[in-house]
Amino acid sequence: MPDKPKDEIVHDHNHDGIDRRGFLKCMAWAGTGAFCVMQGGVLKSYSLSALAGLTKKQTHGELSFVQISDSHMGFNKPANTDVAGTLKAAIDKINSLPTQPGFILHTGDITHLSKPEEFDGVDQLLKSASAKDVFYVPGEHDVLGDDGKQFLERYGKNTKGSGWYSFDQKGVHFIGLVNVMNLKAGGLGNLGAEQLEWMEKDVKHLSKSTPIVVFAHIPLWSVYPEWGWGTDDSAQALSYLKRFGSVTVLNGHIHQTMQKVEGNITFHTAASTAFPQPKPGAAPSPGPMKVPAEQLRSVLGIRDVNYVQGQHALAVVDSSLE
Amino acid sequence: MRLMKRTSWILGIVAIAILIAAAAGRSKNFSSAATEEKPAAETAIKIDNFTFSPVTVTVPVGSTVRWTNHDDIPHTVVSDDKNSFKSKALDTDDSFSYTFTKPGTYLYFCSIHPKMTAKVVVK
Repeated sequence: MPDKPKDEIVHDHNHDGIDRRGFLKCMAWAGTGAFCVMQGGVLKSYSLSALAGLTKKQTHGELSFVQISDSHMGFNKPANTDVAGTLKAAIDKINSLPTQPGFILHTGDITHLSKPEEFDGVDQLLKSASAKDVFYVPGEHDVLGDDGKQFLERYGKNTKGSGWYSFDQKGVHFIGLVNVMNLKAGGLGNLGAEQLEWMEKDVKHLSKSTPIVVFAHIPLWSVYPEWGWGTDDSAQALSYLKRFGSVTVLNGHIHQTMQKVEGNITFHTAASTAFPQPKPGAAPSPGPMKVPAEQLRSVLGIRDVNYVQGQHALAVVDSSLE
Repeated sequence: MRLMKRTSWILGIVAIAILIAAAAGRSKNFSSAATEEKPAAETAIKIDNFTFSPVTVTVPVGSTVRWTNHDDIPHTVVSDDKNSFKSKALDTDDSFSYTFTKPGTYLYFCSIHPKMTAKVVVK
């Protein structure tokens, strides 16, 4: 039986005297999510089952987007022999959201083996998404054998180096980072000096009230270094964001949702649309985890993010494919 | 009479020479038979559960090592110096072989999951 979501973690967002409340942890590794939103200075949470009963005013943000991750097109082992089917289910889920997202962020491992037909397969399926704009960052499975050349050819327009970039949407500043290139033996994810230098300059002149969203494949916090679930030089990247009031970091790679709050930064890792992986240390290795067929869709998912201007935090809703 | 004696000598020398050559040839055959015994067996390393095993192997110069991936996820075999050997992504049941012609200690890792490290010692 999947774990029930844990109750109440104390969530600190009171940089400017905002009234604090505990809020439900957004998701255990399987199951339902919670909708968390800051309104009128008060942090409110609603369970996903109550979502249907909420008014648009309660859930509507001025900026709305979806994160999907780890589609692994081309994977066909027992953990999921139909990753195209589950990706399609994820897209159907996106298309049925009460507030249609403005765009999609894909946090990498688009393909399983960097094959052209795998990239094509995902592109083809995403054509049926209501949101036509998709922003990508590569996972380690997307840069096999060619140092990311194919990834850049397909998705690297207006990016720098191995594919990093930033853009603005409705006053929110988005930063796409690449931490899967030039990995060293025994190391974790890696951003590298050139990218860090670029990032420092990129945020230098932004006002500290600009909400920031950083997205990258491998987690930018140390989830479980033994399994490579972390980034060697992420601390430096995050140091450039210390002065900002609201920073949200969205990652993939670990195929399960997790959340962590550290000062002004909230980290979220996403579920995969292809297959789950074990919780840290719960298995000998972080490979694809088989679950009973009828449970598979409950451990895969999408993430809906809403932002209301003037609010402190982004409202994040994780939902499974069910 | 003298002619016959000389001829006998010559024949004798030639006969001995032939015998010596034959003996040498035979021993040459013996020694090449010794070096022609079946080639050194391939050393197998398996990749399983995000681990190379055995994690350290020691092989003589000229040996071939063959890695086979038993995981449900692809791995690569890349020497730490990035020059000596670098496999393409190995899917489940794919293999990669490399023959070590120079002695040394070769640290290597999986470039997709860099926490996976191992070494080949070539003596």
